[in-house]
Amino acid sequence: MAKLKEKYKVPVLDGKISIPKIVPGATAYEHMIEAQKDDMEALGFPAKLQDGWKEKAIGVFKEILDNNKAVRDYMDICVRCGACTDKCQFFLGTADPNNMPVQRQELMRKVYRYYFTPAGFFKNLSNSQELTEEVLKDWFTYFYQCSECRRCSLYCPYGIDTAEVTMAARQIMDSIGVGQKYATEVIHKVFKIGNNIGIPGPALRNTLDDLEEEIKEESGKDVKIPMDEEGAEVLLVPPSADFFAMPHMESLKGYAKVFHKAGISYTVSSYASEAGNFGMFLGSYKNTKEINKRIWDEARRLKVKRVVVGECGHAWRAAYNYSNTMNGPFDFLDSRYKQPMHICEFTLDLIKKGVIKLDPSANDDKVVTFHDSCNIARASRMGDFQGGQFTIPRELIKASANHFVELREGTTRESTYCCGGGGGLLTDEIMNVRIAGAMPRMQTVKEAVDNHGVNFYALICAICKTQFTKIFPIYGFDAEMVGGIHQLVSNAIVM
Amino acid sequence: MPSFDFNGKTIETDDEGYLQNLDDWNKDIAEYLAKTEGVPLTEKHWKLIDWIRNYFAQFQVAPAIKSLTKEVGKLENIEDKKVANKFLYELFPEGPAKQLAKIAGLPKPTGCV
Repeated sequence: MAKLKEKYKVPVLDGKISIPKIVPGATAYEHMIEAQKDDMEALGFPAKLQDGWKEKAIGVFKEILDNNKAVRDYMDICVRCGACTDKCQFFLGTADPNNMPVQRQELMRKVYRYYFTPAGFFKNLSNSQELTEEVLKDWFTYFYQCSECRRCSLYCPYGIDTAEVTMAARQIMDSIGVGQKYATEVIHKVFKIGNNIGIPGPALRNTLDDLEEEIKEESGKDVKIPMDEEGAEVLLVPPSADFFAMPHMESLKGYAKVFHKAGISYTVSSYASEAGNFGMFLGSYKNTKEINKRIWDEARRLKVKRVVVGECGHAWRAAYNYSNTMNGPFDFLDSRYKQPMHICEFTLDLIKKGVIKLDPSANDDKVVTFHDSCNIARASRMGDFQGGQFTIPRELIKASANHFVELREGTTRESTYCCGGGGGLLTDEIMNVRIAGAMPRMQTVKEAVDNHGVNFYALICAICKTQFTKIFPIYGFDAEMVGGIHQLVSNAIVM
Repeated sequence: MPSFDFNGKTIETDDEGYLQNLDDWNKDIAEYLAKTEGVPLTEKHWKLIDWIRNYFAQFQVAPAIKSLTKEVGKLENIEDKKVANKFLYELFPEGPAKQLAKIAGLPKPTGCV
């Protein structure tokens, strides 16, 4: 049998999340692969750095400062109190001081001072810095070691949101031709084919046929997963990983069974076959809007009454927060329902109304814990009440399984750690950063496994699922522990 | 663009060593790519390589992991899907979706996978 590559640096798990001694430059060499020409151009960016890039960059920087008051304030109001320093999983894992949120912001702030403040003229006094290729290199490194998870912003007394700063920096870089291959390639695929993975309609249908067959084998029931069906009640938009990867596909089976048992007609779409929106990761308003538009165009075309979004963290943020202002109003949809609605709220509502029944003993072999995904926990809401994004997934788990335990206090709900792969970091060339970024969370996983016998790690984010499926074995845990909430629903639903 | 020389021909790849042009692929190159992945190819690997290349020719994308597991079940007479999945990981320890695609000369699956 072939062996796993032994190239990774894996932290030791002792259950403690301790603040490391700083190691300057510890991850300075961990780079993203640069974007390809075709992808950059398809997104409306120059293919590479060109003459006059500096003026262009400063021009875009100025536009951001003029249009985004939050970013302008973030440039001015930091008092260097240091409350954020030990809150970032990437600093805790890598020990590189540029991964402290304050220092990450400083990479941008020192350029801000040079060009946009009077004191910037006195370089040494104000510690300002001209934008040079050297500085750009630091930006490209460290603004792609931030997962835009917003954990630091929770602890900042001024509410400075490093995710916004990271997005602004990426926006400036893209506008002058400094891009990252992973996210730009993925967005280009959405425009060309309809989803991040690049699954064309016929392949998608083939996959759905296989899934229908599997559900039939397991339950004896004919559960359909319709595609491109005009006049269905609901357009279901999952992340495309639900059509392709494991354990994601198990949750898709769960959604299908819920629709089947509730007797609500639905369809997925080969055109809007992606809930994810990597445009947001790049801080690109234009691309975010364009990707988001596909969902609503398709809802119109298929004449559905509702839109439901599957298990995906940043997708939910993009769909829930921005749809209406970017591509609304949705007066062509049924106004009795939230547009869009999260699949967890959709399913829990059906359970509460008694429309579908779950038998939680079907998951009695599992001790379940739940990892709050950052974009759902800290950047959006769910349901009709404050904290719904925390309560609804937990209630749904408890309806599906009898044994549930929380992860360590201080690392759940709004204080959750990032999985280490969000924000466009879910790519193999920075695997060491992803492993390091997952360290704080893995310490709490070890504790949950050792003390409570946890053997199922429930998630509602496609990135989290992929990241942990990869990371768990590297830290010595079974990848099979990782799964979706609708995977539990799929097991427990009375067919 | 990165490349490697193979029998006097320059073969272009992407930054992670996946073939840039599908037509450059042949069985010898598969052996070479497998070696760079540390995967010694056996009869069992070859059956999957042939299958995934056919799938790609038909659908212009690699198959979903469940379809791959299903095929392994058929080829190797494994009924239990979990066992079939374990078997796949034994053949391609770094992840069957990526390693199999690479050795079969297909583009890297990307997205949240």
